[in-house]
Amino acid sequence: MKPDDPNITWIEEPKLGLAGMLYLPLFVQGLTTTFKHMAKSLGGGVVTVSYPDEEPKIGNPLIYRGVHRLNKDEQGRVKCVACFLCATACPAHCIDIIAAESPWPDREKYPQSFVIDELRCIYCGMCEEACPVDAVELTSLYNLTGRSREEMMFDKEKLLSVYDATKDKEPMKSPALGGTAT
Amino acid sequence: MTQLLLETGIKIAIILGGMMTAAAYFVLLERRMAAWVQDRIGPNRVGIPGTKVRLFGLGQPLADGIKFILKENYTPAHVNHALYAIAPVVILTAALTTFVVIPMGSLIPHFKVGVPQVGVVDSGHNVEMIAAPGIDVGLILIFALSSIAVYGVILGGWSSNNKYSFLGGLRSSAQLIAYELPLSLGILGVVLAAGSLDIDTITKAQAVQGWYGILQPLGFIVFLIAAFAEASRLPFDLPEAEQELIGGYHTEYAGMKLLLFLVAEFLHMIAASFLIVQLFLGGWHLPFITGDLDNEKITWFTAALRIGVLQAKIFGVIVFFMLVRWSWPRFRFDQLMSLAWKIMLPLGILNLVAVAVVQEFTKPETLNGKVIAIAVGWIVLVAGWLCMALSNPLVTDNRPRRDLSLAEVDAQI
Ligand code: SF4
Ligand code: SF4
Repeated sequence: MKPDDPNITWIEEPKLGLAGMLYLPLFVQGLTTTFKHMAKSLGGGVVTVSYPDEEPKIGNPLIYRGVHRLNKDEQGRVKCVACFLCATACPAHCIDIIAAESPWPDREKYPQSFVIDELRCIYCGMCEEACPVDAVELTSLYNLTGRSREEMMFDKEKLLSVYDATKDKEPMKSPALGGTAT
Repeated sequence: MTQLLLETGIKIAIILGGMMTAAAYFVLLERRMAAWVQDRIGPNRVGIPGTKVRLFGLGQPLADGIKFILKENYTPAHVNHALYAIAPVVILTAALTTFVVIPMGSLIPHFKVGVPQVGVVDSGHNVEMIAAPGIDVGLILIFALSSIAVYGVILGGWSSNNKYSFLGGLRSSAQLIAYELPLSLGILGVVLAAGSLDIDTITKAQAVQGWYGILQPLGFIVFLIAAFAEASRLPFDLPEAEQELIGGYHTEYAGMKLLLFLVAEFLHMIAASFLIVQLFLGGWHLPFITGDLDNEKITWFTAALRIGVLQAKIFGVIVFFMLVRWSWPRFRFDQLMSLAWKIMLPLGILNLVAVAVVQEFTKPETLNGKVIAIAVGWIVLVAGWLCMALSNPLVTDNRPRRDLSLAEVDAQI
């Protein structure tokens, strides 16, 4: 592109007033901002959290995207119907389901094995969106650690136990949040 | 002779230890201040190892030091080995040697103490708190050394055989040459008014005439800005602008060699603060508090007071250095250059002329002369600043000029 190309719109920088030319407003503004933030921090207004000593506050746990859980229905059975919608929707391909014929009369299939690789997961929440029966959900557990890769492959039992651990604190997602739980 | 050697040796040891510790702790202070300005907490966890005592992170410099020492002293294969090894040594030596002629306080009165097994140690005379007392060209030595420090930067950049490092070194040399002039012009005003190149004499002259920061505000501002540029601090840290040059001249350095560069940088800042305080802010002098100027009348109390006043002032200046870092964006290189040559240089000369005129026609020692000197100083500041601002407005537009023909524009690009 040449400088005289008609497609270029040349914008002139705004002219400085006398004060601007003297650098003074810039000088004062810069220092005021610095001082303001410093006073705020020294007064305890810091935004960082000393994590292991202090738990971070999570804005709304119902829409936080942390560790997954597999929900149970009223009879304590896994809600999942092994429809594979979550595995299809998952952009990271980290959900691995083996379906089997359901032992219960109200559905055709159930997941014999349901494994989520928490290390591969990008915590996008697509699985939660995709599930027609709200079986898989993301909880507000953020401190996910493990000693080996194998440990971070969450199988069905583990995912169900996450449900048990969080069900009181975080109810299943209501329609207001896009869920179907009643 | 032995006594002199011993005395100097002790002083040097104290200064070396003190400066290194100070540099280490200023790194911590800088990190904490940076954190506070950015609404963070900053490093506050390292305390006594093995316990839960944290001491507000005061163990951090030690941990940093150990980390640097234990790191592999890696030398890339493509560097010029001799120069690569010399560069950090040059820069650190120059930075440390500066403190030889900078007084750390005033005097310590003549003392005699009994030391077991040695006997009575007699200082023999009032001890001056400066490693090399009586050097009459102290300021010139400081300038010479700070110019040598530039060699360290250039050597480091050049010997690294890396384009980013090289650009950092080049920028640094251009910048330091540009700012040496306003820096010396700022100092020349002080030297003219005090009639000496010796820092202690200048401090005493300020006790009589008034602080030069008030008498020569223009010179003070020019010197302050140039000192920031000399110490390569933001907003003038172009030699190592991280966003453009990775680490600048020390990109290829690791371990202890990198540590030497970083420490030297902080020592430059500390030296600049010492100079600012001692040339313009009265050094150890504080009206009505720091006692009689007569060297023979010094007491332990005034000596301690003077040290305290000096260190407090220096601490304040360093905190200002650190706050400035987060207050303004970095200059572009052409702006940096035009600031040095088109604004600071004329202002420096203007200040020098004004000081010379005041010095010729009035006596700042008398009250009348003092009032006149202060009035002239501030009028010159306002007038000079206005003229410079109106004739050289800050330009941020660096696009090719459109009023030129296309061929010329191409040549510009
Ligand atoms: S959160 Fe996203 S990446 Fe993780 S399992 Fe669900 S769909 Fe896959
Ligand atoms: S968790 Fe939901 S989407 Fe995934 S297989 Fe089970 S029912 Fe289908």
